[in-house]
Parts: sequence; C-alpha cells; structure tokens
Amino acid sequence: MLSIRNLHAEVEEKKILKGINLQVNAGEVHAIMGPNGSGKSSLASVLSGRDSYRVTNGQVLLDGKDLLDMSPEVRAREGVFLAFQYPVEIPGVSNINFLKTAVSEIRAHRGLPPLEAREFLRLSKERQALVEFDAGLVNRSLNEGFSGGEKKRNEIFQLAMLEPRLAILDETDSGLDIDALRIVSGAVNKLRSADNAFIIITHYQRLLEYIVPDFVHVLYDGRIVRSGTKELALELEEKGYDWLKETMQENATAQQIVI
Amino acid sequence: MNNENDILEELANREYEFGFVTDIDMDVAPLGLSEDTVRYISEKKNEPSWLLDWRMKAYQAFLKEPLPTWQNFTLPDIDFQAASYYAAPRQQAKYQSLDEVDPELLATFAKLGIPLSEQKVLAGVAVDVIFDSVSVATTYKKQLADLGIIFCSLGEAVQEHPELVSKYLGSVVPHSDNIFAALNAGVFSDGSFVYIPKGVRCPMELSTYFRINAENNGQFERTLIIADENSYVSYLEGCTAPKRDTNQLHAAVVELIALEGAEIKYSTVQNWYPGDKEGKGGIYNFVTKRGICKGAHSKISWTQVETGSAITWKYPSVILQGDYSTGEFYSVAVTAGKQIADTGTKMHHIGRETKSRIISKGISAGQGNNSYRGLVQIGSKANYARNFTQCDSLLIGDQCGAHTFPYIESRNATAKVEHEATTSKIGEDQLFYLNQRGIDTEKAVALIINGYAKEVLNQLPMEFAVEAQKLLSITLEGSVG
Repeated sequence: MLSIRNLHAEVEEKKILKGINLQVNAGEVHAIMGPNGSGKSSLASVLSGRDSYRVTNGQVLLDGKDLLDMSPEVRAREGVFLAFQYPVEIPGVSNINFLKTAVSEIRAHRGLPPLEAREFLRLSKERQALVEFDAGLVNRSLNEGFSGGEKKRNEIFQLAMLEPRLAILDETDSGLDIDALRIVSGAVNKLRSADNAFIIITHYQRLLEYIVPDFVHVLYDGRIVRSGTKELALELEEKGYDWLKETMQENATAQQIVI
Repeated sequence: MNNENDILEELANREYEFGFVTDIDMDVAPLGLSEDTVRYISEKKNEPSWLLDWRMKAYQAFLKEPLPTWQNFTLPDIDFQAASYYAAPRQQAKYQSLDEVDPELLATFAKLGIPLSEQKVLAGVAVDVIFDSVSVATTYKKQLADLGIIFCSLGEAVQEHPELVSKYLGSVVPHSDNIFAALNAGVFSDGSFVYIPKGVRCPMELSTYFRINAENNGQFERTLIIADENSYVSYLEGCTAPKRDTNQLHAAVVELIALEGAEIKYSTVQNWYPGDKEGKGGIYNFVTKRGICKGAHSKISWTQVETGSAITWKYPSVILQGDYSTGEFYSVAVTAGKQIADTGTKMHHIGRETKSRIISKGISAGQGNNSYRGLVQIGSKANYARNFTQCDSLLIGDQCGAHTFPYIESRNATAKVEHEATTSKIGEDQLFYLNQRGIDTEKAVALIINGYAKEVLNQLPMEFAVEAQKLLSITLEGSVG
C-alpha cells in the first residue's frame, strides 16, 4: 500500500530525514519509535504534506501513485489520515459540520454523492458509539475548549468517520490517562481491517500493550536503524534509547574500521 | 502554495459578480447640484410644499457643513457637481401590476436573483425594489394592507400618508445631522416606507433591494420605518451596482422609530461594487442609519454584513430613550483588495435600565483596511444601564490593517460597560488541519470565516444568512492559498 524509498527531507535547511525506507501493506500495523528529535513526527508531516517540509530526495508511493506529488487535501482524499499530535482549535466551526464537509469532499473524490443528512447522522452516531466519543462534543466548535484528552479522542472519532486507507497516529498516546488510552486503543483495534493500515508513532512502549503492532521500527537521527516485531519495543523499553545510541556509535566505529 | 502573497494576488483578481449594466430608457437629471436640482426632484415627485421647504433647509445645511476629518482614511475629493442627482426608468411613474414593468428591468432583477413576480418571490418575503432613484416594485402589498401594514416607496407614502411622513421624517436623523445626511435630505429621490400598526406582528420579512445602474448617478435613498406600540417587524436590505471606472456616491439615510414595546430588526447585506484590483472605481457608501427606542421596553437591532463598496462609512446607532429599551448591533465587515471600511455603532443610553449589545467582526484581507469605531454613551439618568461590546478582528495576509476606536462616556455610576476585543490571523496550522481532512484551502477559509462570523450571521433571517455566507466566501475567494 505505502512504499517509502530513500526519503530525505529538510526543514529550514536542516536535514531531518536522511534516507527512510519502509514498506507498509494493507492489514498491517507498524509502530515507529525513537527518542525525541529522531524524526518521527517529521515523517508524519512529510507524508501528510505539511508545507514547511521540503523533500530533497526519494519517493513515496501510495497504491502505486506518487504521494509527494499530491496536495495535502488530495492525499487526504486518497486515504491518508493524520491524527495530529497537537490538534488545532477552530472557533465557531462546529465539529459535525466540519466532518460533514470532510466526508463530502472525500466522497466526491471517489465519485460519490454527499451522504443524505439522515444517513450522515446515522453514521456519526454509530461511529461515536464505536469509539466511545462524547456526543456533547460532536456539536461543539472544533476542538475549542476541549481538554488534551478530548482533542485526541476527537482525532480518533474523525478517523472512524473518514475511514482512511492509511492512518498515521502521531503520538496519540501522549497526554492520555490510562482510561483514555484504553478507549483510544480499543477504537483503533476495532477499526483495524484487512483493507487499511496504521502507522503508530509513539515514544513509549505503553501504547503497544494495547495495540499490538505487526512491526516495530526504531527511528534515530532521521533513519530507521532497527526493525523487528513487538519484542523490539519491549527490548527498547527495558534498555532505553541510550542503549540504542551506544550501539549506533559502535556501529559507526565499526564501519570506520571496515573502511 | 503556502504563501500569502499568492492569496493576495488571487484575491485582487476576484471578479464582481453583479457588475453588468442594464440598458434602459432613463429619465436623468442634468449633472450638477443647486437649488434648482432640489426643486427639479421635488417637482418630479410632485411633492407638497412642506417637503420642498424641508429639502431646501437641508440643502442650505449641506452647503455650510464641512467634510468630516475624523475618519481613519483619507477622504477622496468628491465633486458634488459631477453627479446626477436623479435617474429613473422612463416608463411611467407608477405600475399597476408587474406586467407593466419594463421586461429589461425584470430581467435585471432576475439576474440578481430577485424575481419580482409575486409567485416566485421567496415565500414570506415582501420586496420593495429601488432601481437607481425610484422604487419600481413592491410585492405582497395587498396581504400586508389587510393587516394595516403600510409598505411602499417613500414617494408614495408622501402622497398617501403625509401625516405619518411629516411627523417622523427627519425626527431621528435631522436634516442637518452631517454633510451626507444633509445632502440626502436635500436630494433623496425615493426609498422605502414602513408603518406597522399597534399590536401587529408583521408576518413576513420586509425587504428592499437597491440597485444603482445609471452612470454618474448618486443614489440617495431614504428609509423610514415606524413600529407602533407593541408591534414587530423584520426588515432586510440588499444592494448591488454595475462596475464603473468612476466612483459613485451612495449617501443613504435610514430612520427607525420604535414606540413602546415595539421591536425592529433591521438587516443589511451590502454588496456594492468594490472597485477593481487597483482600487479604481467602486461605490462610496456613506450612510447614516439611526434608530430611536422611543417607548419603554422597545428594541432595535441592527445586523449588517458589509462586503462591498470601495469605502464603507456607517455607524448604525440606537438612541435608547425609553426606559428598559434595548439596542443591538451585529456586524461583519470584510475588506479585501483596496477596500476601506470605517464602521461601527453608537449606543446612546438615556432611559433607565437600558441595555445594549455590540458584536463586531472585522475581516481584513489583501490591502484592505478595516476600522471599528464605536461610542457607548451613558447619560446621567440612565440608571443601571448596561452595555456589552465585543470587537474582533481577523487578518488574512500581511498587507491589511485592522483598527479599533472604542469610545465610552459614562455619566452614571450605576452603569456597567464591558468591552472585549481580540485580533487573530487565520493560521497555517488551521488550514493544514482542514487540508489534511480533504478540504481544500478555499473551502477551509470559507469554513473558518463563517465560523468566525457565526454569531452575527445567526442573527440574519434564513434566506439572508445563506446569501451572506456565500457572499463572504466569494469576497474572500482565493484570499488564502
């Protein structure tokens, strides 16, 4: 579904991604871990098309189409969804109207007419229940005055409504208490299917106890330095990122010797 | 894609949708302004002598009145002699039915989205249409008359209800109020007149649609609305004009009178031609609007959506004379391109426990300049008067300006006056967030703007709210990109 090849990107002339390679297939959940500043959120930003990032090399294909060539809204309509680490507030725009617009745009892209008001309402109710989202928040202004946890849960509600092919969760677990974490991961588990895929960016192993990934990748200094299965996350949790840094340095030294 | 300069460029290039000209046989006064012009108009309209005298007094006041200097923009030179002060479609003075109206004229209004044939008129909206200087059609007249409601052109009211007109004309905005009001009183050609009898709740929205068509023609309409005791009326006003290279002056006057227990809701969607991207042409919209809550427990509410005009200069005000009366002002003013808006309100609290509420939302894009100017005045007898003012500015791009000039004068220690103000920009983060949900930037801006202006748009009657939302989107089309 998604194939990232030798992706390099910079922000304000600073190299952030230095050759990422990643293959994500339908039905898979990939976790991306790494210390602060390793490039995890930058990868999410580049994939979703945030403006401040400049891709300097490499290729990203979504179902064979050149993702980097698309505007952010076209990427979204093609099925890329980013659950933001810091969702913004938009005063006066009701959550539900915003979602209705988004759903209509995405449907139009697929050649489908907008949902009838009743049908949309039904879908919204059903998904609210699925992700245990507070009905009171649905008609409020988009994220305005929401608590940190409510904003994150709103991201998951939107995810449920928009049914993306590829969902990227950017540190969705940060700032959630244990109950919210359980609800959010429960929702993700319900939304997992053979047709979609998830990239879960997280700093801690904690989330992965609830959402069991098929693969775990460790990002360090703009590169994926380790890939494995869920055991890798446990190992990382146990030994800490310093362990990783040390092994990286050893590798670098070893390479120098080889040269 | 990110950059706001693209926005500005696109914005400047936006097209004005209503810029066409109707080719129609017109009766036009010769260019220039003199006592003869005043006499010419009065004669054309077959007016009684008291009205001509009043016009003459106003004209004299106009000659003495200096041009104001306090505004937050440079007042362009206005050559009062270069305009014609009267223009009317030639075909006869009065229409018995719409069949007699020049088809060209009907076609014009159809193009503007205002079909005049009564069957097609939006259900429940009675329309009075002012083309250049005169009222050409009033719909639903009979149904209203059954309730005792008078809804007609001011010219007609002068003929048929002189006692009401002479009693109230100039009672809220005197003939010498300011130079533009004085000019209007001297040369006003027509306008709408509304009288709602005691205890009657007007069952439909009353609406006037203003259209400037003729070249070099100033439009000076005058609206007079009287709501008798315990009555209610909601009145809407819309306007457009063709694209012209020269500036045209629109100096209207609106007077509202609410007697005891009466309520008047006055809504405006103003979309006069704003001029081209270099700022050439466009309407100078210099308007005096004022209402008086004469009786106790009366209420006047102004709602305005100002998207057009090269310069908008208006301060719909309320004189809160009756005890326990209420004044409201809800405003969205958009300036894009090189538009200028200096607008706000005045609330004069005279009676006890009078209340006022001011919600002003300015939106500046391109090189537009937007000023809120407001006065809240609490008189010595206005015990326990209350005012709440909220004044927000939204900036799009980095070449526009937003200013606020709130004045508060209180002579009563029991009064409570609150003022809140915010300034914000449409954030890249907000746009990206909406983009990431599949919504393109154009639609995203429209969503954000409508969200921002919602408190005001909610005050508009349904049909108007939809139109206003569209207008906001069109006005700001390409404003962020």
